[in-house]
Amino acid sequence: MMIPHPLLGLRDAREFTYLGDAAVIDRPDGMAEGAGDAFHDYLYLRDNPAGPHRELWYHEQGDRSWLVVTRDTVTHEILHVDLARDVALARWRGA
Amino acid sequence: MDYSGFKVIYDALTKYRFVKPAWRDAQPQPDYDTIIIGGGGHGLATAHYLASRYGGQRIAVLEKGWIGGGNVGRNTTIIRSNYLLDGNQPFYEMSLKLWEGLEQDLNYNAMVSQRGVLNLYHSDAQRDAYRLRGNAMLMHGADAELLDRDGVRRLYPFLDFDTARFPIKGGLLQRRGGTVRHDAVAWGYARAADRRGVDIIQNCEVTGLRIEAGRITGVDTTRGPIGARKVGVAVAGHTSRVMAMAGLRMPIESHVLQAFVSEGLKPVLPGVITFGAGHFYVSQSDKGGLVFGGDIDGYNSYAQRGNLPVVEDVCEGGMALMPMIGRARMLRMWGGIMDMTMDGSPIIDRTPVEGLYLNGGWCYGGFKATPASGLAFAHLLATDAPHDTARAYRLDRFRTGHMIDEKGMGAQPNLH
Repeated sequence: MMIPHPLLGLRDAREFTYLGDAAVIDRPDGMAEGAGDAFHDYLYLRDNPAGPHRELWYHEQGDRSWLVVTRDTVTHEILHVDLARDVALARWRGA
Repeated sequence: MDYSGFKVIYDALTKYRFVKPAWRDAQPQPDYDTIIIGGGGHGLATAHYLASRYGGQRIAVLEKGWIGGGNVGRNTTIIRSNYLLDGNQPFYEMSLKLWEGLEQDLNYNAMVSQRGVLNLYHSDAQRDAYRLRGNAMLMHGADAELLDRDGVRRLYPFLDFDTARFPIKGGLLQRRGGTVRHDAVAWGYARAADRRGVDIIQNCEVTGLRIEAGRITGVDTTRGPIGARKVGVAVAGHTSRVMAMAGLRMPIESHVLQAFVSEGLKPVLPGVITFGAGHFYVSQSDKGGLVFGGDIDGYNSYAQRGNLPVVEDVCEGGMALMPMIGRARMLRMWGGIMDMTMDGSPIIDRTPVEGLYLNGGWCYGGFKATPASGLAFAHLLATDAPHDTARAYRLDRFRTGHMIDEKGMGAQPNLH
């Protein structure tokens, strides 16, 4: 599997470490009402879709950036790649 | 008619003219008492134990493809009960005991072969950890034997003891562990369940769960709706997808695990060996091929195929353990889809939907659990109470903090 890194071009997937669903970027507010339940869902529950899946890959053997990769879990085809930094900044600006 | 030596001779002399299919090709009825979704090892075992030990029900097993076409036919066929934690060890030991009586129970030759499972250790710390595990096994009534280096050398003189990066210091041996012909497990359970009147319905994919006022009333399938009082889900690999039909999110990710087989060889490997310094395990099938595997690929996948880095990693493990494996050519490799849970242990429990029961999350250790999983799930379906050995496999254990984390890796499924 090759991952098209936004800065470095096509890189072998073995250079990366996989974390999982990119939903973990959305960390719940620990001071909000019902934070216990929110953290249970955040930490343990996953959508785990068969099809396009947004997920976090860490370029550990490369430039050590985090990527948000949209990948089809049925075919392993990579549909889209963003720097996680850009995703988080866009969220912060939008909020 | 029971299978026996007499029947083999009779069938041969009559040129197989009177041989019947081992199970009926059942057509779906409008409704059942209990429907089991998934005609793999666990689903068929559940049907068998439900019909034979709890009885008096109309039961159907729904399978989207053909029975035995999923993970029960894609694993590396190893059985063992060398677990450490209280929640696991009694369950897997019950499973091993059921394996020991399986062929008599089913009247089917599943080729259960207790040829011994040896876990190698390569350092003092690892020896201490295996001693702890061995003692836990003994205390739960299983067998375990700690071998030193000479003990391992007597069993397997061809291993790379000295020159490897991780010299072999000894191993933990479970002599009652071994291998089973995995397809025969599916077929044997299917035939036994069918003989007790269970409808095994193939090519019948569940497309929806019918839920009214928080209670299951049946399922929608590619062959029409079927009513049921109780529905058991045993579809490991695809648990998240089926449970999503009930609006439930699971503490599970689906991952791909690859397995490999070499060309057929003369008998070289009498038992099962696992490498302690990397992740590699190997045995020899009765057909002669070396059957081996290692780590999961490590990313979410529903594709029944993996990538090359894991192939290289597994083969490196094999070369480090037994260099002679380099002389054998790899014949085939394939992938299976695993439910990887957040603590590496399975789930056998009721769900928030009344009448809907879950058996899943087997990670990559589901095959050895097949009989116990079937018995425990049948017990749950029949009595609404967990089986004694499966009390810890609760769906809500992540909320209450009662995880069963055998490897101590935390909530990161691809590390279990």
